[in-house]
Amino acid sequence: MDSGIIGYGAYVPRHRIKVEQIARVWGADAPSYKRGLMLREKSVPTPDQDTITMSVEASRHAIRRAGIDAQKIGAIYIGSESHPYAVKPSGTTVAEAIGATPDIHCADFEFACKAGSEGMFVAMSLVEANQMEYALGIGADTSQGAPGDALEYSASAGAAAFVFGKEKRIAECEHTYSFMTDTPDFWRREYQFYPRHAGRFTGEPAYFKHVLSCAKKIMERSGTTAKDFRWAVFHQPNGKFPMRAAKKLGFEKEQVEQGWLSPTLGNTYSGSSPMGLSAILDVASPGDRILMVSYGSGAGSDGFIWKATDRIKEVQGLAPQTREQLENDPIYIDYGTYAKFRGKIRKLAN
Amino acid sequence: MIGSSRYWREVPQRYRYEAAKCTKCGKIFFPPRLVCNGCRSREFETVTLAQEGVLETFTVIRVAPTGFGDETPYAVGIIKLDDGVRITSQVVDCDVEKLNIGDRLRLEFRKVQEDGESGVICYGYKFVPAN
Ligand SMILES: [Zn+2]
Repeated sequence: MDSGIIGYGAYVPRHRIKVEQIARVWGADAPSYKRGLMLREKSVPTPDQDTITMSVEASRHAIRRAGIDAQKIGAIYIGSESHPYAVKPSGTTVAEAIGATPDIHCADFEFACKAGSEGMFVAMSLVEANQMEYALGIGADTSQGAPGDALEYSASAGAAAFVFGKEKRIAECEHTYSFMTDTPDFWRREYQFYPRHAGRFTGEPAYFKHVLSCAKKIMERSGTTAKDFRWAVFHQPNGKFPMRAAKKLGFEKEQVEQGWLSPTLGNTYSGSSPMGLSAILDVASPGDRILMVSYGSGAGSDGFIWKATDRIKEVQGLAPQTREQLENDPIYIDYGTYAKFRGKIRKLAN
Repeated sequence: MIGSSRYWREVPQRYRYEAAKCTKCGKIFFPPRLVCNGCRSREFETVTLAQEGVLETFTVIRVAPTGFGDETPYAVGIIKLDDGVRITSQVVDCDVEKLNIGDRLRLEFRKVQEDGESGVICYGYKFVPAN
């Protein structure tokens, strides 16, 4: 392919809640959750943060690294399952804030946790087809788990944005492949506040089947094996699943650790594997090959093989790095504050 | 009720921090104005504000106006940006008891107000610790 990533950026909210805080309220055993899901804490958005605000911040970081005039961006696609409006696009607000209007195509994507990588795929495809010079693909979410549900320990917030182009690439795209089937493992019906999931069914026939099939087929089609990659990143619904998928595919811990953000970030849904990719790009060297496989319930996986170019080193320091945002000065909150932030408390309007 | 047309008219300032710079004497105005109060010129160019600065003064709001009740206590400050422009803004992601004049802050894009559960959501700038 002639197209690839020319700029990338992530955004991590500063607030965190620890697994112990959530477990204490629901009488659950924190050590077994931490061991079982390999999660320690997760990011929490403040009431003034949502998919739009995080997308704007991540996009500004990406554009700074790309070093382009935002007016030349021809499309912006935001993948999220927590778009702030049911009707009214997130993309137009982000486009306006980064100064990319009015000569631009906008669409909001939805596909559980896979929406971000599909936005990236479509944005890059339009550049590849010479429909436009640059396109922006974003994955962002402020997802919620029902109080007391297993998802409450993982559902978190974050965003990653990627500018695609043909000139000045920092990572070439060598291959793409997607794997989809109709699988009802997780869903949310209209007007329902919280999603539902099929418990243990979300593992083998859902996450693992799609992630492993997608990874195996893209490696088969590109004639690569795990050894050909310096890095790999998989969707991270918790800490455990991506590590197990990596192992089954023959990847070593050193290949996946850098992009494995979920133990302290949680599951950022549409932002998950894209944010992991951003953390890898922060440290990648020229020539490094990266495997990325997303996953969205319902169900499907998008696979990408990226190869870092010589330009990668020039842009890494131009915007805040992902792990730096994750690790520097977090603000820890208790469950009461968390419940207030996430609108879980029934109250009078004020 | 938030007037959505007024909010919409202010988008260049709220979203992109566009200010007017007098082409004759160089003074920057935010929000933009029609006549420069320094040299009376009416010629301006659009510039983007600096997005970092220093907290010059602030107050902590403990009894909030309608729509901001969930956020108390919160800080509202005057920030002197690196381009010399002074701007009034909420300061967030900080412990208001530990906020100090002279603190280095940077701008972030945030939700500023929403018109109840069914109305329009207004976005704009707020400041956070720069560290
Ligand atoms: Zn003047």
